[in-house]
Amino acid sequence: MTEHLVDLAVIGAGPAGLAAALAAAEAGVRVAVVDAGVRPGGQFWRSPAPGAGPFRPATLHHGWHWFTSTDDRLTELAGTGRVLRLAGHHVWSVQAAGDQWAVHCVLGAEPRQHGTSAPVTVHARRLVLATGAYDRQLPFPGWDLPGVITAGGAQALLKGNLVVAGQRVIVAGTGPFLLPVADGLARHGARVAAVIEANSPLGFARFPGAVLGATGKLGEATGYAGRLLRHRVAVHHRHVVLGALGTDRLTGVLVGRLDRNGRVRAGTERQIDCDVLAVGWGFTPQLELPLQLGCATHLDVDKSLVVTVDDDQATSVAGVWAAGEATGVGGADLATVEGRIAGLAAAASLGADAVADGRPLRRRRSSLRGFASAMHQVYPIPDIVLERCSDETLVCRCEEVDAGSIRRAVVDLGATEARTVKLLARPGMGWCQGRVCGFATACLTARHTGRAVAEPDLRAFADRSIATPVPLGRLAAPLADEQPDGDGG
Amino acid sequence: MPDRPHRTGTTTSDLVVVGAGIVGAACAYYATRAGLSVTVVDSGPITGGTTGAGEGNILLSDKEPGPELDLALLSNRQWRSLADLPLDDTTFGRTVELETKGGLVVATGQAELDGLARLAAEQRELGVEALAVPGDRLPEFEPHLTDDVAGGYQYPQDMQVQPMLAAAHLLRLARRAGATVLTHEPVTGFLCDGERVTGVRTDRRDIPAGAVLNAAGTWAGEVAALAGVRVPVAPRRGYILVTEPLPPIIRHKVYLADYVADVASDSAALQTSTVVEGTGAGTVLIGASRERVGFDRTTSLPALRQLAAGAVRLFPILRDVAVLRAYRGFRPYCPDHLPVIGPDPRAPGLHHACGHEGAGIGLSLGTARLVTQSLIGEPPEIDLRPFRPDRFGPEVSR
Repeated sequence: MTEHLVDLAVIGAGPAGLAAALAAAEAGVRVAVVDAGVRPGGQFWRSPAPGAGPFRPATLHHGWHWFTSTDDRLTELAGTGRVLRLAGHHVWSVQAAGDQWAVHCVLGAEPRQHGTSAPVTVHARRLVLATGAYDRQLPFPGWDLPGVITAGGAQALLKGNLVVAGQRVIVAGTGPFLLPVADGLARHGARVAAVIEANSPLGFARFPGAVLGATGKLGEATGYAGRLLRHRVAVHHRHVVLGALGTDRLTGVLVGRLDRNGRVRAGTERQIDCDVLAVGWGFTPQLELPLQLGCATHLDVDKSLVVTVDDDQATSVAGVWAAGEATGVGGADLATVEGRIAGLAAAASLGADAVADGRPLRRRRSSLRGFASAMHQVYPIPDIVLERCSDETLVCRCEEVDAGSIRRAVVDLGATEARTVKLLARPGMGWCQGRVCGFATACLTARHTGRAVAEPDLRAFADRSIATPVPLGRLAAPLADEQPDGDGG
Repeated sequence: MPDRPHRTGTTTSDLVVVGAGIVGAACAYYATRAGLSVTVVDSGPITGGTTGAGEGNILLSDKEPGPELDLALLSNRQWRSLADLPLDDTTFGRTVELETKGGLVVATGQAELDGLARLAAEQRELGVEALAVPGDRLPEFEPHLTDDVAGGYQYPQDMQVQPMLAAAHLLRLARRAGATVLTHEPVTGFLCDGERVTGVRTDRRDIPAGAVLNAAGTWAGEVAALAGVRVPVAPRRGYILVTEPLPPIIRHKVYLADYVADVASDSAALQTSTVVEGTGAGTVLIGASRERVGFDRTTSLPALRQLAAGAVRLFPILRDVAVLRAYRGFRPYCPDHLPVIGPDPRAPGLHHACGHEGAGIGLSLGTARLVTQSLIGEPPEIDLRPFRPDRFGPEVSR
C-alpha cells in the first residue's frame, strides 16, 4: 500500500481541479491532484494519446493555452515536491479520519484491473472536490442501436484518439455544446449531415443581462456557428430526433419539428440517413464523493443534482470545498474561476497568504453563472422526448429494464420515488450504477407520479458508499487508518 | 412541507397499519383477507426503511429453540403456502423471487462443528430439517467453497425472497382487496377516547379506526411514544455488499457457524460474520455486519472490509469479483432480541408488530397471521406472551 500525506487533496484534474491545485500550490500549500484520467485535462481538455498522430489540440480545444500553461506550471511545482500528481487514480471512498481526510484510490484504466496494483491512500487536511460531470442521456426508440453514441462520447473519441467517429454523422439533443462537437467532427473529416437542436438560441433574447455579462460566451457560440456554416452543416432549431432507425445498426434517424407547445408539428416528420448519431442532453454532475462526505445538495436550474457551496466555494462540510460542474454545469471558464476561488480559500484556511484577486474573480464567476443559468433556461429538455418512450423502450441497458417496467413499478406496485423504482424494477443496479439511466429513471418516475423531478430521485443514483467498482480482494485489504486485525468497532 | 388542511376522514377503517415495510404489508394483506377494512400509512415511500436494505432471509437454521423459532416455523409454512398463490399469469412466489434453495451452515473447526451438531439436534425435535454434511462432501453442495472447513449442516427449508418486491406485491394484493395505502404521510399523533386508541392523526388528516397496528420497524419506538407507551426498539446498523452479476456459482445461502452467535449477541461493537448467497439477478450478496451506532449514515469502511475479507475466505473465487454497491440498513432490535407482537394492554386498541431485528422479512408472514388472529378474536396459533409489548418494564435511559 502506498500512502501520501499532503495539506490539500484536489480530486479531479479538469478545468476546476487544475485551477484549484495551481492556486493553492502557488500560495505555498502542498497539494495532491488525484484524477482518474491517465492524462490531465478532464473531459474538457482531453489530451491526445501519445502516438495518436499529427494533431493540433489547440484547434479543437477552447482555452488550450491556459490548460498547457497551467499544466506546465504544475509539472514545475511537482519537480519541487510542492505538487503531487496522481493520474489514473480512481477514488472509491473518501472518509474523515481524525482531523484529516483519507482518500482511498484504486489504480488501473479499467475496473477489471483495479485489483492488480497496490492501493493508494492520500491523507489530506483539506479537500477540493472537482469531480466534473458526464453526459446526460435520455432513452428514445432505437437509442440502443450500435452507432448511437453520446455527444460527449463523440467529442472524447475525437479529442482522445483522433478517430473520426463515423462517416455520416448527425449531432442531436440540446445546448451550445452540440456546436463544438459538430464543428470538431466536421473539421476532422466527418460529414455532419445535420445538427438537430431542440431549442433555439433566440431564447437568449429573454436574458439580455446574462448575455451582456458574458459576451465572450456568445462570441464562442457565434464562432462555431460560422464555422459550421462554412462546412455546410445545417443546424435545425426546434427539431428533435424522434427515433433511431436500423435493425442491426444505425442507418438513419426520424426527426420532427416542434411547435410552440413542444409538440411535433404534423407533417414535419422526415428521415435523414446517417451512420452515427451523437446525442447530448446536457451533463450530469458526478456527486458520489460529495454525497459520501455528506455535503448538502440542491437541484439546479437544469434539474441536475449539484453541491451547494457558499461564496468561497465551501460545501456544508467543514474542510471541504467544491468547484466546477459538481456545483452546477456551466462550462470550463466558470469551472476554472470556481476552482481558483476554492483553491485560494482552502489555502487560506491552512494559514497560507492567499487572498489574491478575490473580488474580480467573484465578479467573473457571477456573470458566468448568470450566463449558465440563462443557458439552462434557453435549452431545456423538451417533454416530448420522454413522452416518446413506449413501454418497450429500453431505459437501463445494464439490467435490461424497459420503460414499461418503470411505469408498472409506479402504477401497479405503488413506488413514489426513484429509489423505490430502482429496488423494484432494477434500473441503475448494473455495472454503470445508473450513470446512463439514472436521470431518465428519475424523470420517468416523476412523470408517472404526476410531479416534477425532486432531489431524492437523483440522490438514489448518486448516493453510493463505494464510488467505483472495487474487487472484493482489494476491499478486503486492511486500510491505512486501521489495525490490520482490529475489530474496527 | 406546506400547510395542508386537516380533514377528518369520512370513513372509519377497521385497522390502520402504521408502516409500509414488509411487516406492515404482510399484516395489511392478512387483515384484508380476514375481511377487515385496512388503511396503511407511512411517513415515506413503500419499502423505504429496513425492508429496502435487506437480504430477504427466510431462515430456520439460525434460530435457537424458543419463541423465535416457533414464529419462524409458522412463517416458513406461510411463505410456502403463499408461494403458490396465482398472480399475473404466474405465482406469487415467482413474482417475488422466492427461492427454496436451502441454507448451508459451515464450521471452520471441530468445536464449532460440535456446536452446530448440538443446535441441529435440538432444532430437529421441533420440526426443522437439518442434514449433516461432512467436510469432504461439502464440494457436492458448493463446488467453490474453500476446503478450509470442517463440515456443515444443510437446512433445506431455508429460503430467500426479494424483500422489496414481496412487500410491494403484498401491498398491491391488499389494495386489490380494498385497502388504502397512504405514503409520505407521517403519523403525528393518535386519536383517543379516554385510554382507548381510536385512530391516528397524520400531517394531512385524521384516520379513525377500530384498531391501530404499529408496524413502524426501527421507528416503532417513536410511534409507540406518541401513544404514551414504551416499546424499546433501537437501530442496529448493518451492511450488505452487492457484487457485479455473475453466472450462478453459489447455490445456497452459505454462512459460517459464528453467525448464529452474532445474531444473538448483545455487543455494541462491530461484528461481522460471513453470509454469502447468489440472487436471481446474478449478483452475490455478502453480509452480515452488526453494530449499534444509532442512525449513523456515514460509511464504515472497517465493516465493508471485514465483509469482503470473510467472503473471500469462504469463496476464494470471489477475490477478483467487483463490488458494485453496499446497502446500509438499520435493523430494529429489542433488548431481548425478540419482536413485539400483539395487543398493548397499556393502550387498548393499539397493537404492535415490530422489533424483528434482522429477521423481519422471514418472520413477517407469521407475525401477520398472529396479529390478524388476535384482531378478529381467534386464539393465536402460538403463544404471544414472549412477544408481549409490556414485557420491558419502565423506561430506562435512552
